[in-house]
Amino acid sequence: MKVAIIKYNAGNIFSVDNAMKRIGVEAEITGDAELISKADKVIFPGVGEAETTMRYLREHKLDEVICNLRQPVLGICIGLQLMCKSSAEADNGKVDCLGIFDETVQRFVPTTQISKVPHMGWNTIQPVDGNPLFNGLPRDPYFYYVHSYYATVGPDTIATTDYINPYSAALHKDNFYAVQFHPEKSGQLGEVVLNNFLAM
Amino acid sequence: MLAKRIIPCLDIKNGQTVKGVNFVNIRNVGDPVELGAEYSRQGADELVFLDITASFEGRKTFVDLVKRIARNISIPFTVGGGIHEMKDVDTLLCAGADKVSINSAALRHPELITEVAKQFGSQVATVAIDARQDESGEWTCYLNGGRVPTERHLFEWAKEAQERGAGEILFTSMNHDGVKQGFANEALARLSSELSIPVIASGGAGAMEHFKEVFTTGKADAALAASIFHFHEIAIPDLKHYLAKEGIPMRIV
Repeated sequence: MKVAIIKYNAGNIFSVDNAMKRIGVEAEITGDAELISKADKVIFPGVGEAETTMRYLREHKLDEVICNLRQPVLGICIGLQLMCKSSAEADNGKVDCLGIFDETVQRFVPTTQISKVPHMGWNTIQPVDGNPLFNGLPRDPYFYYVHSYYATVGPDTIATTDYINPYSAALHKDNFYAVQFHPEKSGQLGEVVLNNFLAM
Repeated sequence: MLAKRIIPCLDIKNGQTVKGVNFVNIRNVGDPVELGAEYSRQGADELVFLDITASFEGRKTFVDLVKRIARNISIPFTVGGGIHEMKDVDTLLCAGADKVSINSAALRHPELITEVAKQFGSQVATVAIDARQDESGEWTCYLNGGRVPTERHLFEWAKEAQERGAGEILFTSMNHDGVKQGFANEALARLSSELSIPVIASGGAGAMEHFKEVFTTGKADAALAASIFHFHEIAIPDLKHYLAKEGIPMRIV
């Protein structure tokens, strides 16, 4: 199985590669359109800022490459956010993103003193149906999060997390999957999710 | 529900764990990777590796160690100690660390926080503050592992660190550190209410009740401890079950 990890101007890409190695999969980290298109599975990871990363994807024509993929794709963190319709993480308050999912990305607005932003640490997810991405997980599973922006809840939502407000912990449409949490940093349960994705 | 975090801290000298413990199921207690992996299996939510090496050779060993940790451990980890400039931050993040903890260098050059946050994002920038409370009640920040007092006070410095882009504050009370009589809950509660970023409490853990207090009275988001975990005084699974029973949101593995 050929796994491609999309290389672009976002951080944290190597931690996904390390997680792949731990579960015994050799992945290729690449920004090459052909290698990405030919892979059996594609992972679109990263930590970064939406406007800057979106600009990079367009300049390198990776936006078209990603949208045209037909094999299973897994977006992680900023990957999920960039797969949405738009993000509020921009100088003028809105940047158009890939539009694979219909959701928009908003910034958390703390409602009380106890809700800190960024949302940092381990939180539970509530899967909304029997999506195979979450096969074999216990009830109220914990995953590791670090983010200040979130995707709204809609028809493509396959799991929610409630922090300040309910938002999409995971999205799914056709061959595209995405998670806001970091499976590569979520211990054993994170590896369950990565293995479920690789088994698609 | 967002869980409160339990974070063991490992002191590293020349690539080896200082004060390593004897867990029955690990062979080399001096190996930070084995010890860190064991803590991860027991349910630690994050790990902190603090480099207390002074030499250049020791530094290189630490960077190699960070690479091994990143390859072998599947929970987030922070590295600190000996970070003076952007180059150090860059080296450690490239080696695979999730966050860096900056202490003295941030007090000497506050613009370092701004630069780290701008280049790598706030989520990697943990600002560690060692402070001591004097008789008048004032909290003074210290440099160099608590050896050199500064002109800065805890609350205004923490606020500035947040404004400069720190993602978290790791506050160690020098009055409470090593005394094992509980955390500096009053100061922690004030920090937590004045800041909008997470606060990690450090210094004073001696009993399981102290962790309950630091999360309730102290309003901390995470609690860090070293010796009580290393010397088996408290086992992480026991601690987490106790806290969960007391109504503190905990991730139980």
